Amino acid sequence: MLKMDPIQLNLLKEVAELHDVPEGAYNFRANGQSVGRSSTANIEITTKTEGSGIDIRIKDNTKNESVHIPVVLSESGLKETVYNDFYVGENCDVLIVAGCGIDNCGQQDSEHDGIHRFYVGKNSRVRYVEKHYGSGDGSGKRILDPQTEVYMDEGSTMEMEMVQIKGVDSTHRTTIGELKANAKLVVHERLMTHGEQSAYSVYKIDLNGEGSSADVVSRSVARDSSYQKLDMCIVGSAPCSGHTECDSIIMDNGRILAVPSLEVNNVDAQLVHEAAIGKIAGEQLVKLMTLGLTEAEAEEQIINGFLK
Amino acid sequence: MLELENISFGAENDGKPVEIVRDISLTIPDNKFVVITGPNGGGKSTLAKLIAGIEKNTAGRIIFNGEDITDKNITERARLGIGFAFQQPVRFKGLTVLDLLRIAAGKPIKIAAACEYLSEVGLCAKDYINREVNASLSGGELKRIEIATVLARDIKLALFDEPEAGIDLWSFSNLVRIFENMRKAENGRTIVVISHQERILNIADEIIVLADGQIVKQGTKDEILPGIIGTKYATDVCRKIAETEGGNHA
Repeated sequence: MLKMDPIQLNLLKEVAELHDVPEGAYNFRANGQSVGRSSTANIEITTKTEGSGIDIRIKDNTKNESVHIPVVLSESGLKETVYNDFYVGENCDVLIVAGCGIDNCGQQDSEHDGIHRFYVGKNSRVRYVEKHYGSGDGSGKRILDPQTEVYMDEGSTMEMEMVQIKGVDSTHRTTIGELKANAKLVVHERLMTHGEQSAYSVYKIDLNGEGSSADVVSRSVARDSSYQKLDMCIVGSAPCSGHTECDSIIMDNGRILAVPSLEVNNVDAQLVHEAAIGKIAGEQLVKLMTLGLTEAEAEEQIINGFLK
Repeated sequence: MLELENISFGAENDGKPVEIVRDISLTIPDNKFVVITGPNGGGKSTLAKLIAGIEKNTAGRIIFNGEDITDKNITERARLGIGFAFQQPVRFKGLTVLDLLRIAAGKPIKIAAACEYLSEVGLCAKDYINREVNASLSGGELKRIEIATVLARDIKLALFDEPEAGIDLWSFSNLVRIFENMRKAENGRTIVVISHQERILNIADEIIVLADGQIVKQGTKDEILPGIIGTKYATDVCRKIAETEGGNHA
Protein backbone atom coordinates (compact mmCIF):
# COMPACT_ATOMS: atom_id res chain seq x y z
CA MET A 1 0.00 0.00 0.00
CA LEU A 2 1.28 3.44 -0.89
CA LYS A 3 2.10 5.96 1.81
CA MET A 4 0.26 8.86 0.28
CA ASP A 5 -2.31 11.34 1.61
CA PRO A 6 -5.73 11.72 -0.08
CA ILE A 7 -4.60 14.73 -2.15
CA GLN A 8 -1.62 12.83 -3.46
CA LEU A 9 -3.75 9.79 -4.21
CA ASN A 10 -6.17 11.97 -6.19
CA LEU A 11 -3.28 13.40 -8.22
CA LEU A 12 -2.08 9.86 -8.84
CA LYS A 13 -5.50 8.89 -10.13
CA GLU A 14 -5.56 11.89 -12.49
CA VAL A 15 -2.12 11.43 -14.01
CA ALA A 16 -1.73 7.67 -14.06
CA GLU A 17 -5.25 6.32 -13.51
CA LEU A 18 -3.86 4.38 -10.58
CA HIS A 19 -5.38 3.77 -7.19
CA ASP A 20 -2.56 1.69 -5.84
CA VAL A 21 0.69 0.13 -6.95
CA PRO A 22 0.46 -1.20 -10.49
CA GLU A 23 1.74 -4.46 -11.86
CA GLY A 24 5.22 -4.40 -13.33
CA ALA A 25 8.00 -1.96 -12.60
CA TYR A 26 7.28 1.38 -10.96
CA ASN A 27 8.73 4.33 -9.15
CA PHE A 28 6.46 6.74 -7.29
CA ARG A 29 7.79 10.13 -6.35
CA ALA A 30 5.94 12.41 -3.95
CA ASN A 31 7.17 15.82 -2.79
CA GLY A 32 10.71 15.15 -3.94
CA GLN A 33 11.02 11.69 -2.35
CA SER A 34 10.66 8.22 -3.76
CA VAL A 35 7.74 6.62 -1.91
CA GLY A 36 7.66 3.30 -3.67
CA ARG A 37 9.73 1.41 -6.19
CA SER A 38 9.74 -2.00 -7.75
CA SER A 39 11.96 -3.49 -10.40
CA THR A 40 11.20 -6.67 -12.29
CA ALA A 41 13.37 -9.38 -13.80
CA ASN A 42 13.51 -7.45 -17.08
CA ILE A 43 13.13 -3.85 -15.95
CA GLU A 44 15.54 -2.36 -13.46
CA ILE A 45 15.03 1.02 -11.84
CA THR A 46 17.99 2.60 -10.04
CA THR A 47 18.65 5.98 -8.46
CA LYS A 48 21.10 8.13 -10.34
CA THR A 49 24.45 8.37 -8.65
CA GLU A 50 24.86 11.94 -9.82
CA GLY A 51 22.01 14.43 -9.75
CA SER A 52 18.34 13.81 -9.11
CA GLY A 53 16.42 11.13 -10.94
CA ILE A 54 16.37 7.51 -11.97
CA ASP A 55 17.67 5.22 -14.67
CA ILE A 56 15.30 2.68 -16.13
CA ARG A 57 16.96 -0.18 -17.97
CA ILE A 58 14.83 -2.54 -19.99
CA LYS A 59 16.47 -5.77 -21.15
CA ASP A 60 16.45 -6.92 -24.76
CA ASN A 61 13.33 -8.87 -25.83
CA THR A 62 11.17 -7.60 -22.96
CA LYS A 63 7.60 -7.90 -24.15
CA ASN A 64 4.24 -6.81 -22.79
CA GLU A 65 5.61 -5.22 -19.65
CA SER A 66 5.00 -1.80 -18.21
CA VAL A 67 6.77 0.89 -16.23
CA HIS A 68 4.91 3.53 -14.21
CA ILE A 69 6.81 6.55 -12.93
CA PRO A 70 4.23 9.08 -11.70
CA VAL A 71 5.20 12.18 -9.74
CA VAL A 72 2.98 14.13 -7.36
CA LEU A 73 3.63 17.41 -5.61
CA SER A 74 1.36 18.66 -2.87
CA GLU A 75 3.73 20.91 -0.98
CA SER A 76 3.57 24.58 -1.94
CA GLY A 77 6.87 26.15 -2.95
CA LEU A 78 8.58 22.92 -3.99
CA LYS A 79 10.74 23.21 -7.10
CA GLU A 80 12.57 20.29 -8.58
CA THR A 81 14.31 19.18 -11.74
CA VAL A 82 14.46 15.43 -12.24
CA TYR A 83 16.34 13.48 -14.88
CA ASN A 84 14.86 10.14 -15.89
CA ASP A 85 16.68 8.09 -18.49
CA PHE A 86 15.11 5.11 -20.20
CA TYR A 87 17.38 2.60 -21.87
CA VAL A 88 15.13 0.30 -23.88
CA GLY A 89 16.92 -2.77 -25.27
CA GLU A 90 16.36 -4.37 -28.65
CA ASN A 91 13.15 -6.12 -29.75
CA CYS A 92 11.15 -4.90 -26.76
CA ASP A 93 7.43 -4.05 -26.57
CA VAL A 94 6.70 -1.98 -23.47
CA LEU A 95 4.32 0.59 -22.04
CA ILE A 96 5.77 3.52 -20.10
CA VAL A 97 3.39 5.70 -18.10
CA ALA A 98 4.74 8.95 -16.70
CA GLY A 99 2.91 12.05 -15.60
CA CYS A 100 2.93 14.72 -12.97
CA GLY A 101 0.22 16.13 -10.77
CA ILE A 102 0.68 19.29 -8.72
CA ASP A 103 -1.68 20.43 -5.99
CA ASN A 104 -0.82 23.89 -4.75
CA CYS A 105 -2.94 25.43 -2.01
CA GLY A 106 -0.26 27.86 -0.89
CA GLN A 107 1.18 31.19 -1.91
CA GLN A 108 4.41 29.98 -3.42
CA ASP A 109 4.94 28.56 -6.87
CA SER A 110 5.39 24.80 -7.22
CA GLU A 111 7.38 23.49 -10.12
CA HIS A 112 8.38 20.11 -11.49
CA ASP A 113 10.63 19.85 -14.50
CA GLY A 114 10.96 16.30 -15.69
CA ILE A 115 13.66 15.66 -18.23
CA HIS A 116 12.99 12.32 -19.87
CA ARG A 117 15.47 10.77 -22.26
CA PHE A 118 14.58 7.65 -24.20
CA TYR A 119 17.13 5.49 -25.93
CA VAL A 120 15.02 3.04 -27.91
CA GLY A 121 16.85 -0.05 -29.17
CA LYS A 122 16.58 -1.64 -32.59
CA ASN A 123 13.12 -2.91 -33.56
CA SER A 124 11.64 -2.06 -30.19
CA ARG A 125 8.20 -0.69 -29.69
CA VAL A 126 7.39 1.77 -26.92
CA ARG A 127 4.09 3.29 -25.99
CA TYR A 128 4.56 6.33 -23.79
CA VAL A 129 1.72 8.07 -21.95
CA GLU A 130 2.33 11.32 -20.11
CA LYS A 131 -0.40 13.25 -18.34
CA HIS A 132 -0.04 16.54 -16.53
CA TYR A 133 -2.59 17.86 -14.12
CA GLY A 134 -2.89 20.67 -11.59
CA SER A 135 -5.27 21.35 -8.72
CA GLY A 136 -5.51 23.47 -5.58
CA ASP A 137 -6.78 27.01 -5.10
CA GLY A 138 -3.69 28.73 -3.73
CA SER A 139 -2.25 31.82 -5.38
CA GLY A 140 1.02 29.98 -5.98
CA LYS A 141 1.44 28.84 -9.55
CA ARG A 142 1.64 25.24 -10.74
CA ILE A 143 4.45 25.04 -13.24
CA LEU A 144 5.56 22.10 -15.37
CA ASP A 145 8.40 22.42 -17.85
CA PRO A 146 8.98 18.93 -19.19
CA GLN A 147 11.64 18.07 -21.70
CA THR A 148 11.43 14.86 -23.65
CA GLU A 149 14.22 13.53 -25.80
CA VAL A 150 13.78 10.46 -27.94
CA TYR A 151 16.66 8.71 -29.66
CA MET A 152 15.34 5.94 -31.86
CA ASP A 153 17.47 3.19 -33.31
CA GLU A 154 16.76 1.39 -36.57
CA GLY A 155 13.32 -0.10 -36.99
CA SER A 156 12.03 1.13 -33.64
CA THR A 157 8.56 2.54 -33.06
CA MET A 158 7.38 4.98 -30.42
CA GLU A 159 3.86 6.22 -29.82
CA MET A 160 3.59 9.16 -27.46
CA GLU A 161 0.42 10.45 -25.90
CA MET A 162 1.00 13.77 -24.16
CA VAL A 163 -1.96 15.17 -22.29
CA GLN A 164 -2.37 18.33 -20.26
CA ILE A 165 -6.00 19.12 -19.73
CA LYS A 166 -6.38 21.03 -16.52
CA GLY A 167 -4.87 23.16 -13.85
CA VAL A 168 -1.30 23.80 -14.96
CA ASP A 169 -0.60 27.55 -14.87
CA SER A 170 2.49 27.63 -16.96
CA THR A 171 4.20 25.08 -19.12
CA HIS A 172 7.10 25.04 -21.51
CA ARG A 173 7.16 21.65 -23.16
CA THR A 174 10.05 20.69 -25.34
CA THR A 175 10.16 17.45 -27.28
CA ILE A 176 13.00 16.46 -29.55
CA GLY A 177 13.42 13.30 -31.54
CA GLU A 178 16.20 11.77 -33.63
CA LEU A 179 15.25 8.84 -35.81
CA LYS A 180 17.45 6.35 -37.59
CA ALA A 181 16.48 4.20 -40.56
CA ASN A 182 12.91 2.86 -40.57
CA ALA A 183 12.17 4.28 -37.14
CA LYS A 184 8.66 5.57 -36.63
CA LEU A 185 7.43 8.21 -34.19
CA VAL A 186 3.76 9.00 -33.62
CA VAL A 187 2.83 11.83 -31.25
CA HIS A 188 -0.64 12.80 -30.10
CA GLU A 189 -0.65 15.89 -27.95
CA ARG A 190 -3.76 17.14 -26.16
CA LEU A 191 -3.62 20.51 -24.53
CA MET A 192 -6.19 22.69 -22.83
CA THR A 193 -5.47 26.01 -21.15
CA HIS A 194 -7.84 28.22 -19.20
CA GLY A 195 -7.81 31.27 -16.94
CA GLU A 196 -4.59 33.19 -17.39
CA GLN A 197 -2.52 30.10 -18.21
CA SER A 198 0.17 29.94 -20.83
CA ALA A 199 1.54 26.92 -22.64
CA TYR A 200 4.46 26.67 -25.02
CA SER A 201 4.92 23.40 -26.83
CA VAL A 202 7.94 22.96 -29.03
CA TYR A 203 8.74 19.91 -31.12
CA LYS A 204 11.79 19.29 -33.25
CA ILE A 205 11.91 15.89 -34.88
CA ASP A 206 14.92 14.97 -37.01
CA LEU A 207 14.33 12.23 -39.54
CA ASN A 208 17.89 11.18 -40.21
CA GLY A 209 17.51 7.62 -41.46
CA GLU A 210 16.11 6.30 -44.70
CA GLY A 211 12.53 5.14 -44.31
CA SER A 212 12.01 6.95 -41.02
CA SER A 213 8.67 8.63 -40.39
CA ALA A 214 6.98 10.96 -37.93
CA ASP A 215 3.37 11.96 -37.38
CA VAL A 216 3.02 14.77 -34.85
CA VAL A 217 -0.55 15.83 -34.19
CA SER A 218 -1.57 18.41 -31.63
CA ARG A 219 -5.13 19.18 -30.66
CA SER A 220 -5.58 22.06 -28.29
CA VAL A 221 -8.21 24.29 -26.74
CA ALA A 222 -7.47 27.79 -25.39
CA ARG A 223 -10.21 29.17 -23.13
CA ASP A 224 -10.68 32.36 -21.09
CA SER A 225 -7.57 34.55 -21.45
CA SER A 226 -5.05 31.77 -21.89
CA TYR A 227 -2.25 31.69 -24.44
CA GLN A 228 -0.64 28.86 -26.39
CA LYS A 229 2.27 28.70 -28.74
CA LEU A 230 2.59 25.48 -30.70
CA ASP A 231 5.86 25.23 -32.55
CA MET A 232 6.22 21.97 -34.39
CA CYS A 233 9.10 21.33 -36.71
CA ILE A 234 10.03 18.21 -38.66
CA VAL A 235 13.41 18.05 -40.34
CA GLY A 236 13.89 15.53 -43.14
CA SER A 237 17.50 14.72 -43.93
CA ALA A 238 16.96 11.38 -45.68
CA PRO A 239 14.28 9.73 -47.83
CA CYS A 240 11.57 9.83 -45.17
CA SER A 241 8.00 10.92 -44.55
CA GLY A 242 6.63 13.31 -41.99
CA HIS A 243 3.38 15.02 -41.11
CA THR A 244 2.69 17.64 -38.48
CA GLU A 245 -0.68 19.09 -37.65
CA CYS A 246 -1.89 21.72 -35.18
CA ASP A 247 -5.64 21.73 -34.77
CA SER A 248 -7.00 24.18 -32.23
CA ILE A 249 -10.24 25.50 -30.83
CA ILE A 250 -10.18 29.02 -29.50
CA MET A 251 -12.76 30.35 -27.02
CA ASP A 252 -13.48 33.53 -25.05
CA ASN A 253 -10.33 35.70 -25.19
CA GLY A 254 -7.91 32.83 -25.75
CA ARG A 255 -4.96 33.28 -28.09
CA ILE A 256 -3.00 30.70 -30.06
CA LEU A 257 0.08 30.96 -32.21
CA ALA A 258 0.56 27.83 -34.30
CA VAL A 259 3.87 27.45 -36.11
CA PRO A 260 4.09 24.13 -37.87
CA SER A 261 7.29 24.07 -39.89
CA LEU A 262 9.31 21.80 -42.13
CA GLU A 263 12.95 21.68 -43.04
CA VAL A 264 13.92 19.48 -45.95
CA ASN A 265 17.54 18.53 -46.58
CA ASN A 266 16.98 15.60 -48.91
CA VAL A 267 15.20 15.58 -52.23
CA ASP A 268 13.31 12.40 -51.30
CA ALA A 269 11.98 13.64 -47.99
CA GLN A 270 8.19 13.95 -48.11
CA LEU A 271 6.96 16.31 -45.42
CA VAL A 272 3.57 17.92 -44.91
CA HIS A 273 2.29 20.35 -42.33
CA GLU A 274 -1.13 21.78 -41.58
CA ALA A 275 -2.70 24.06 -39.02
CA ALA A 276 -6.21 25.19 -38.24
CA ILE A 277 -7.46 27.47 -35.48
CA GLY A 278 -11.10 28.31 -35.10
CA LYS A 279 -13.96 28.70 -32.72
CA ILE A 280 -16.56 25.98 -32.20
CA ALA A 281 -18.80 25.99 -35.25
CA GLY A 282 -22.25 27.42 -34.56
CA GLU A 283 -23.89 24.53 -36.42
CA GLN A 284 -22.23 22.04 -34.06
CA LEU A 285 -23.72 23.83 -31.05
CA VAL A 286 -27.14 24.04 -32.72
CA LYS A 287 -27.12 20.33 -33.57
CA LEU A 288 -26.39 19.29 -30.00
CA MET A 289 -28.95 21.79 -28.67
CA THR A 290 -31.61 20.18 -30.88
CA LEU A 291 -30.70 16.97 -29.05
CA GLY A 292 -31.58 18.65 -25.74
CA LEU A 293 -28.24 19.98 -24.49
CA THR A 294 -27.82 23.56 -23.30
CA GLU A 295 -25.27 25.69 -25.12
CA ALA A 296 -22.76 25.20 -22.28
CA GLU A 297 -23.30 21.43 -22.23
CA ALA A 298 -22.91 21.31 -26.00
CA GLU A 299 -19.60 23.19 -25.74
CA GLU A 300 -18.31 20.74 -23.16
CA GLN A 301 -19.26 17.74 -25.27
CA ILE A 302 -17.57 19.20 -28.34
CA ILE A 303 -14.38 19.99 -26.41
CA ASN A 304 -14.31 16.65 -24.61
CA GLY A 305 -14.68 14.87 -27.93
CA PHE A 306 -12.05 17.04 -29.58
CA LEU A 307 -9.53 16.35 -26.82
CA LYS A 308 -10.39 12.71 -26.38
CA MET B 1 -50.59 19.21 -31.57
CA LEU B 2 -48.61 21.96 -33.22
CA GLU B 3 -50.26 25.28 -33.96
CA LEU B 4 -48.64 28.09 -35.93
CA GLU B 5 -50.46 31.40 -35.63
CA ASN B 6 -49.61 34.08 -38.20
CA ILE B 7 -45.92 33.17 -38.36
CA SER B 8 -43.61 35.46 -40.27
CA PHE B 9 -39.86 35.54 -40.60
CA GLY B 10 -37.92 38.39 -42.12
CA ALA B 11 -34.24 38.77 -42.84
CA GLU B 12 -31.99 41.19 -44.68
CA ASN B 13 -30.52 40.53 -48.09
CA ASP B 14 -28.02 43.15 -49.32
CA GLY B 15 -29.43 45.59 -46.82
CA LYS B 16 -33.00 45.10 -48.06
CA PRO B 17 -35.59 43.45 -45.84
CA VAL B 18 -36.89 40.15 -47.24
CA GLU B 19 -39.88 38.21 -45.94
CA ILE B 20 -38.97 34.53 -46.13
CA VAL B 21 -42.04 33.23 -44.30
CA ARG B 22 -45.19 35.30 -44.64
CA ASP B 23 -48.05 35.10 -42.19
CA ILE B 24 -48.43 31.33 -42.09
CA SER B 25 -51.12 29.79 -39.93
CA LEU B 26 -51.27 26.04 -39.65
CA THR B 27 -52.43 23.27 -37.33
CA ILE B 28 -50.78 19.86 -37.31
CA PRO B 29 -52.69 17.32 -35.18
CA ASP B 30 -50.98 14.50 -33.29
CA ASN B 31 -49.87 11.29 -35.00
CA LYS B 32 -49.99 12.79 -38.47
CA PHE B 33 -47.48 12.41 -41.24
CA VAL B 34 -47.22 15.76 -42.95
CA VAL B 35 -45.04 16.52 -45.96
CA ILE B 36 -44.14 20.08 -46.81
CA THR B 37 -43.13 20.51 -50.41
CA GLY B 38 -42.67 23.33 -52.88
CA PRO B 39 -40.04 25.09 -54.96
CA ASN B 40 -36.58 25.83 -53.66
CA GLY B 41 -36.41 29.12 -51.82
CA GLY B 42 -40.07 28.90 -50.90
CA GLY B 43 -39.43 28.95 -47.16
CA LYS B 44 -39.76 25.24 -46.30
CA SER B 45 -36.52 24.80 -44.39
CA THR B 46 -36.97 28.13 -42.66
CA LEU B 47 -40.42 27.11 -41.47
CA ALA B 48 -39.03 23.88 -40.00
CA LYS B 49 -36.23 25.82 -38.31
CA LEU B 50 -38.74 28.26 -36.84
CA ILE B 51 -40.63 25.33 -35.29
CA ALA B 52 -37.40 23.91 -33.76
CA GLY B 53 -36.31 27.35 -32.55
CA ILE B 54 -33.19 27.42 -34.73
CA GLU B 55 -34.55 30.62 -36.27
CA LYS B 56 -36.79 33.02 -34.34
CA ASN B 57 -40.00 34.11 -35.99
CA THR B 58 -40.36 37.87 -36.31
CA ALA B 59 -44.13 37.73 -35.88
CA GLY B 60 -46.78 35.26 -34.72
CA ARG B 61 -46.99 32.56 -32.05
CA ILE B 62 -46.06 28.88 -31.96
CA ILE B 63 -48.13 26.63 -29.69
CA PHE B 64 -46.98 23.08 -28.98
CA ASN B 65 -49.32 20.77 -27.10
CA GLY B 66 -51.15 23.76 -25.68
CA GLU B 67 -48.00 25.53 -24.52
CA ASP B 68 -46.79 28.77 -26.11
CA ILE B 69 -43.18 28.00 -27.09
CA THR B 70 -42.58 31.15 -29.12
CA ASP B 71 -40.03 32.49 -26.64
CA LYS B 72 -38.43 29.15 -25.82
CA ASN B 73 -34.94 28.40 -27.11
CA ILE B 74 -33.73 25.39 -29.08
CA THR B 75 -32.83 23.37 -25.98
CA GLU B 76 -36.17 24.01 -24.26
CA ARG B 77 -38.09 23.00 -27.37
CA ALA B 78 -35.94 19.88 -27.77
CA ARG B 79 -36.70 18.92 -24.18
CA LEU B 80 -40.41 19.39 -24.82
CA GLY B 81 -40.10 16.71 -27.49
CA ILE B 82 -39.26 18.42 -30.76
CA GLY B 83 -36.61 16.70 -32.89
CA PHE B 84 -34.86 17.99 -35.98
CA ALA B 85 -32.87 16.19 -38.68
CA PHE B 86 -30.71 18.60 -40.64
CA GLN B 87 -30.55 18.69 -44.41
CA GLN B 88 -26.78 19.08 -44.23
CA PRO B 89 -25.60 17.38 -41.05
CA VAL B 90 -22.61 18.84 -39.28
CA ARG B 91 -19.37 16.96 -38.58
CA PHE B 92 -17.62 16.73 -35.22
CA LYS B 93 -13.93 16.00 -34.76
CA GLY B 94 -13.54 13.55 -31.93
CA LEU B 95 -17.19 12.76 -31.17
CA THR B 96 -18.06 9.22 -32.19
CA VAL B 97 -21.32 7.92 -33.59
CA LEU B 98 -21.94 6.27 -30.21
CA ASP B 99 -21.30 9.58 -28.39
CA LEU B 100 -23.84 11.30 -30.59
CA LEU B 101 -26.47 8.59 -30.13
CA ARG B 102 -25.97 8.69 -26.36
CA ILE B 103 -26.39 12.47 -26.32
CA ALA B 104 -29.51 12.06 -28.45
CA ALA B 105 -30.98 9.42 -26.13
CA GLY B 106 -30.31 11.74 -23.18
CA LYS B 107 -29.30 8.81 -21.01
CA PRO B 108 -26.62 6.15 -20.98
CA ILE B 109 -27.73 3.62 -23.56
CA LYS B 110 -26.15 0.27 -24.16
CA ILE B 111 -24.13 -0.30 -27.29
CA ALA B 112 -26.72 -2.84 -28.41
CA ALA B 113 -29.44 -0.16 -28.32
CA ALA B 114 -27.26 2.27 -30.26
CA CYS B 115 -26.59 -0.44 -32.82
CA GLU B 116 -30.30 -0.91 -33.36
CA TYR B 117 -30.70 2.72 -34.42
CA LEU B 118 -27.83 2.32 -36.88
CA SER B 119 -29.26 -0.88 -38.32
CA GLU B 120 -32.55 0.95 -38.72
CA VAL B 121 -30.89 3.45 -41.07
CA GLY B 122 -29.07 0.73 -42.97
CA LEU B 123 -25.61 1.08 -41.48
CA CYS B 124 -23.69 -1.94 -40.26
CA ALA B 125 -23.45 -1.08 -36.59
CA LYS B 126 -20.09 -2.64 -35.82
CA ASP B 127 -18.44 -0.67 -38.61
CA TYR B 128 -19.80 2.65 -37.49
CA ILE B 129 -20.45 2.70 -33.75
CA ASN B 130 -16.93 3.86 -32.85
CA ARG B 131 -16.28 5.95 -35.94
CA GLU B 132 -15.73 9.65 -35.45
CA VAL B 133 -18.41 11.84 -36.96
CA ASN B 134 -15.73 13.63 -38.97
CA ALA B 135 -14.71 14.26 -42.55
CA SER B 136 -13.94 10.56 -43.07
CA LEU B 137 -17.69 9.89 -43.36
CA SER B 138 -19.37 10.41 -46.70
CA GLY B 139 -22.34 12.74 -47.02
CA GLY B 140 -24.68 9.76 -47.30
CA GLU B 141 -23.31 8.07 -44.19
CA LEU B 142 -23.56 11.32 -42.29
CA LYS B 143 -27.14 11.74 -43.38
CA ARG B 144 -28.14 8.31 -42.13
CA ILE B 145 -26.42 8.95 -38.79
CA GLU B 146 -28.35 12.23 -38.60
CA ILE B 147 -31.61 10.32 -39.00
CA ALA B 148 -30.47 7.78 -36.38
CA THR B 149 -29.94 10.60 -33.85
CA VAL B 150 -33.59 11.57 -34.27
CA LEU B 151 -34.70 7.93 -33.93
CA ALA B 152 -32.74 7.67 -30.67
CA ARG B 153 -34.70 10.50 -29.10
CA ASP B 154 -37.93 10.20 -27.19
CA ILE B 155 -39.85 12.88 -29.06
CA LYS B 156 -43.38 13.87 -29.93
CA LEU B 157 -42.68 15.85 -33.09
CA ALA B 158 -39.96 14.93 -35.58
CA LEU B 159 -38.93 17.42 -38.26
CA PHE B 160 -36.92 16.09 -41.21
CA ASP B 161 -35.39 18.60 -43.60
CA GLU B 162 -35.02 16.84 -46.98
CA PRO B 163 -34.06 13.46 -45.51
CA GLU B 164 -33.68 11.93 -48.96
CA ALA B 165 -30.97 14.38 -50.05
CA GLY B 166 -27.60 12.65 -50.17
CA ILE B 167 -28.82 9.11 -49.59
CA ASP B 168 -29.27 8.22 -53.25
CA LEU B 169 -27.46 4.91 -52.89
CA TRP B 170 -29.75 3.86 -50.12
CA SER B 171 -33.14 2.77 -51.28
CA PHE B 172 -36.02 5.08 -50.60
CA SER B 173 -38.08 2.17 -49.44
CA ASN B 174 -35.87 2.02 -46.35
CA LEU B 175 -36.46 5.68 -45.66
CA VAL B 176 -40.17 5.23 -46.17
CA ARG B 177 -40.09 2.21 -43.85
CA ILE B 178 -38.43 4.28 -41.12
CA PHE B 179 -41.22 6.83 -41.32
CA GLU B 180 -43.84 4.12 -41.22
CA ASN B 181 -42.21 2.50 -38.19
CA MET B 182 -42.11 5.84 -36.43
CA ARG B 183 -45.83 6.22 -36.96
CA LYS B 184 -46.54 2.70 -35.74
CA ALA B 185 -44.51 3.13 -32.56
CA GLU B 186 -46.53 2.88 -29.36
CA ASN B 187 -46.31 6.58 -28.56
CA GLY B 188 -46.97 7.54 -32.16
CA ARG B 189 -45.14 10.64 -33.21
CA THR B 190 -46.10 13.49 -35.43
CA ILE B 191 -43.73 13.59 -38.38
CA VAL B 192 -43.16 16.62 -40.53
CA VAL B 193 -40.97 16.00 -43.57
CA ILE B 194 -39.70 18.51 -46.07
CA SER B 195 -39.38 16.63 -49.31
CA HIS B 196 -39.61 16.77 -53.08
CA GLN B 197 -39.82 13.02 -53.42
CA GLU B 198 -42.98 11.53 -54.79
CA ARG B 199 -42.56 8.33 -52.77
CA ILE B 200 -42.46 10.30 -49.56
CA LEU B 201 -45.37 12.49 -50.63
CA ASN B 202 -47.21 9.27 -51.36
CA ILE B 203 -47.27 8.17 -47.70
CA ALA B 204 -48.36 11.56 -46.36
CA ASP B 205 -51.58 12.07 -44.45
CA GLU B 206 -51.40 15.68 -45.45
CA ILE B 207 -49.41 17.67 -47.98
CA ILE B 208 -48.61 21.35 -47.70
CA VAL B 209 -47.24 23.22 -50.72
CA LEU B 210 -45.19 26.23 -49.76
CA ALA B 211 -44.08 28.87 -52.24
CA ASP B 212 -42.80 32.38 -51.78
CA GLY B 213 -43.14 32.07 -48.01
CA GLN B 214 -46.83 31.20 -48.09
CA ILE B 215 -49.02 28.11 -48.15
CA VAL B 216 -50.37 27.80 -51.68
CA LYS B 217 -51.99 24.40 -51.32
CA GLN B 218 -52.89 22.29 -48.36
CA GLY B 219 -54.91 19.13 -48.13
CA THR B 220 -54.92 15.39 -47.83
CA LYS B 221 -52.67 13.31 -49.99
CA ASP B 222 -55.64 12.42 -52.19
CA GLU B 223 -56.46 16.05 -52.75
CA ILE B 224 -52.93 17.26 -53.53
CA LEU B 225 -51.05 14.29 -54.92
CA PRO B 226 -52.96 13.78 -58.21
CA GLY B 227 -51.48 17.03 -59.47
CA ILE B 228 -48.01 15.71 -58.76
CA ILE B 229 -48.16 12.10 -59.95
CA GLY B 230 -46.87 11.54 -63.44
CA THR B 231 -44.26 14.23 -63.32
CA LYS B 232 -40.61 13.48 -62.86
CA TYR B 233 -40.10 15.79 -59.96
CA ALA B 234 -42.58 17.03 -57.50
CA THR B 235 -40.78 20.34 -57.52
CA ASP B 236 -41.76 20.92 -61.12
CA VAL B 237 -45.38 20.60 -60.18
CA CYS B 238 -44.89 22.82 -57.17
CA ARG B 239 -43.28 25.44 -59.33
CA LYS B 240 -46.21 25.29 -61.71
CA ILE B 241 -48.62 25.68 -58.85
CA ALA B 242 -46.66 28.64 -57.58
CA GLU B 243 -46.50 30.22 -61.05
CA THR B 244 -50.14 29.74 -61.89
CA GLU B 245 -51.53 30.63 -58.52
CA GLY B 246 -48.92 33.24 -57.66
CA GLY B 247 -48.95 32.38 -53.99
CA ASN B 248 -52.36 34.01 -53.55
CA HIS B 249 -53.81 31.12 -51.63
CA ALA B 250 -53.46 31.44 -47.90
